[in-house]
Amino acid sequence: MAKKIYETPMLDELENGPWPSFISGIKKLRDDHPDERIQAVTSSLLGQLEHSYETRKGYWKGGTVSVFGYGGGIIPRFSEVGAAFPESKEFHTIRVQPPAGNHYTTDMLRQLGDSWEKYGSGLQTFHGQTGNIMFIGTTTENTQHFFDEINGYGWDLGGAGPCVRTAMSCVGASRCEMSCANEHGIHRHLVNNFTDDVHRPALPYKFKFKVSGCPNDCQNAIERADMAIIGTWRDDMKVDQVEFKNYLDAKGENGRQYYIDNMTSRCPTNALTINDDDTLTVDNRNCVRCMHCLNVMPKALHPGDDHGVTVLVGGKRTLKIGDLMGTVVIPFKRMETEEDYESLVELAEEMIDFWAENGLEHERTGEMIERIGLVNYLEGIGLEVDPNMVSSPRQSSYIRMDGWDEEAEKWFDRKAEAANA
Amino acid sequence: MSADKPRSPIESGCPDGFQYMHPVMRKNYGAWKFHEHPKPGVLRHVGFSGDEIWTVRVGTQRILDIFSLRELCDIGDEFADGFIHFTIRSNVEYMVADPAKVEPLIKAITDKGYIVGGTKNSVTMLSHTQGWLHCDIPGTDASGVVKSMMDELIDEFRECNMPNRVHITTSCCQINCGGQGDIAINVQHTKPPKINHDLVSNVCERPSVVARCPVAAIRPAMVNGKPSLEVDEKKCICCGACFPPCPPMQINDAEHSKLAVWVGGNHSNARSKPTFQKLVAAGIPNNPPRWPEATAIVKNILQAYKNDAKDWERINDWIERIGWPRFFEVTNLPFTKYHIDNWRGARNSLNASTHIRF
Repeated sequence: MAKKIYETPMLDELENGPWPSFISGIKKLRDDHPDERIQAVTSSLLGQLEHSYETRKGYWKGGTVSVFGYGGGIIPRFSEVGAAFPESKEFHTIRVQPPAGNHYTTDMLRQLGDSWEKYGSGLQTFHGQTGNIMFIGTTTENTQHFFDEINGYGWDLGGAGPCVRTAMSCVGASRCEMSCANEHGIHRHLVNNFTDDVHRPALPYKFKFKVSGCPNDCQNAIERADMAIIGTWRDDMKVDQVEFKNYLDAKGENGRQYYIDNMTSRCPTNALTINDDDTLTVDNRNCVRCMHCLNVMPKALHPGDDHGVTVLVGGKRTLKIGDLMGTVVIPFKRMETEEDYESLVELAEEMIDFWAENGLEHERTGEMIERIGLVNYLEGIGLEVDPNMVSSPRQSSYIRMDGWDEEAEKWFDRKAEAANA
Repeated sequence: MSADKPRSPIESGCPDGFQYMHPVMRKNYGAWKFHEHPKPGVLRHVGFSGDEIWTVRVGTQRILDIFSLRELCDIGDEFADGFIHFTIRSNVEYMVADPAKVEPLIKAITDKGYIVGGTKNSVTMLSHTQGWLHCDIPGTDASGVVKSMMDELIDEFRECNMPNRVHITTSCCQINCGGQGDIAINVQHTKPPKINHDLVSNVCERPSVVARCPVAAIRPAMVNGKPSLEVDEKKCICCGACFPPCPPMQINDAEHSKLAVWVGGNHSNARSKPTFQKLVAAGIPNNPPRWPEATAIVKNILQAYKNDAKDWERINDWIERIGWPRFFEVTNLPFTKYHIDNWRGARNSLNASTHIRF
């Protein structure tokens, strides 16, 4: 079977330059892959992509494709210009959940690659912006075959559509001294409690879990997750005064000035003092765990030992009311015992249930909170108010407050309860 | 198994990563003491146990063909310890316990044409959406934009010459899947959708489309005797939110879908609270296959940041210190009426003080 080769003068330009070229990779599949099916599919794909480059338009449309027993997990793509590029007219992406933390053995990568070579285009990405392994390009029929094969050796589909989405977590405790949480465990406890909601889209819109081990939030959880779990600590940060002095000395005679200018003076709460004897004093009561000084001096400064997580809800990107950051709903939660994990999962269930009941179609959790107010949301999921949830108290006096006495009493009761605990 | 009987899925969910983790990382899980950055692209983490793990970070084309995936695995087998970790920006990381393996590993990687770097205060890999290659609503390509920009920024990936790390993102529509970035290059439509009225009633669930519009500019209408939708073009903000649920409302336009550049998005809590990116440049032509105009603006901003920012300042920290007027001055970008926000919460972005730099 002679495959059709399309002229691709614009795409050819993307083979120039020093950065590795995805076009060269696709061409290699077209020209050198032993399987004629892959040659033909990738050739056709290049033809359509060139057509997009020439006309500055996309030509894929969605549809409904899934695997037996599931409702989601596949991104169906049918070509609108399939008559001109018939070999890639069905070109679905299969979203597969990666292991927590994105760790792989080469053996496992090869096994996945071999399966995809059998049924798909031979193109894959680690990972898409939602966190899935993206196996890009196969037919409706082969979608099922590929899934059956990889599902048989331990891989499951991710979320697509209005459902709980694939979760993400940073590299965390597996290789980072800043980690204050078992990101891996939190990630899997949460998302694997909701496999039904991952595979069968029936929620108002998407719901994402993201876990970062420290407030550096390398996982972009606050900005991008409906439920963000961020590791933190409550006790004093650790200071190794010898290493601290080594940092100063390593900068020569200007070391002191350098770290005053670039470390202590950038502390958002002025909680750091470099003393006359080149030791560091930390006002831990006023440290907000921003991580700046720890990032500057990882060898000298270290998080404390009383680890836990901060939980924020409602982060999302633009559609529809504009970008929203997550909002603190739990300032600190210990994550040590099995009960701690269970209660976190229960909280997630409350959040998803309340939103499933009250969210409008295509409304993310953050937008619903914007619409109904944080207080109504907290009542809905059974959490008490806390001053850590706000940047400042309200500034508008236009509010009815005839329940003040009861609310103030609740606050004092909670404080008394906490003191007795 | 019978060929005609469908197989029920095993709902195993997210796999346990421990089975695929480098043994030194598994052993020292949660017990790392500190890290160092011996050179660009290389990290050395030391555990309380005294164990070390060396990481070499690698930039790739991200859309990996099976040959490249196998090549990366071959490198992992021969020169690393058979483990691969992916960063959230799709960089590959090889981990080795023996520091003597680092240099041969780097050589093997670069010999195969991959790029070592992307650590600490470098410009790391652009985060990358799907674009024309696979998305159903894209205004531009993603892989091509990333490839073109990384060709130009490769030295900034390989070296660590920036005041702090730089995360650049791309998005092919205004939903902005690419997320927040120190610099974001996003599609910005400038004309209302063109409606194919013959198709709307067959393809679109009209009430959902009406509900999707952020400014209530869409209403049901009879057009040429067929139920369709119409757009109040005076209200329309050209966001394209109606296009995904209703493809006959074509928002992508070869000429009028432009690119815009935003700066100062920062997801870290370090120093200041996390920040959203802000508009700095728009009207940039969507110009495949190389998008030179967008790349020139990105390079200009990076140069100004590199010249002027202090160590550890991210782009948002830098602009916070020097102020927006000076940002527009040093980058020579025009400040226009479009930079003044009029969306919800806009008043919070206005200067209600006499804090002015002269």
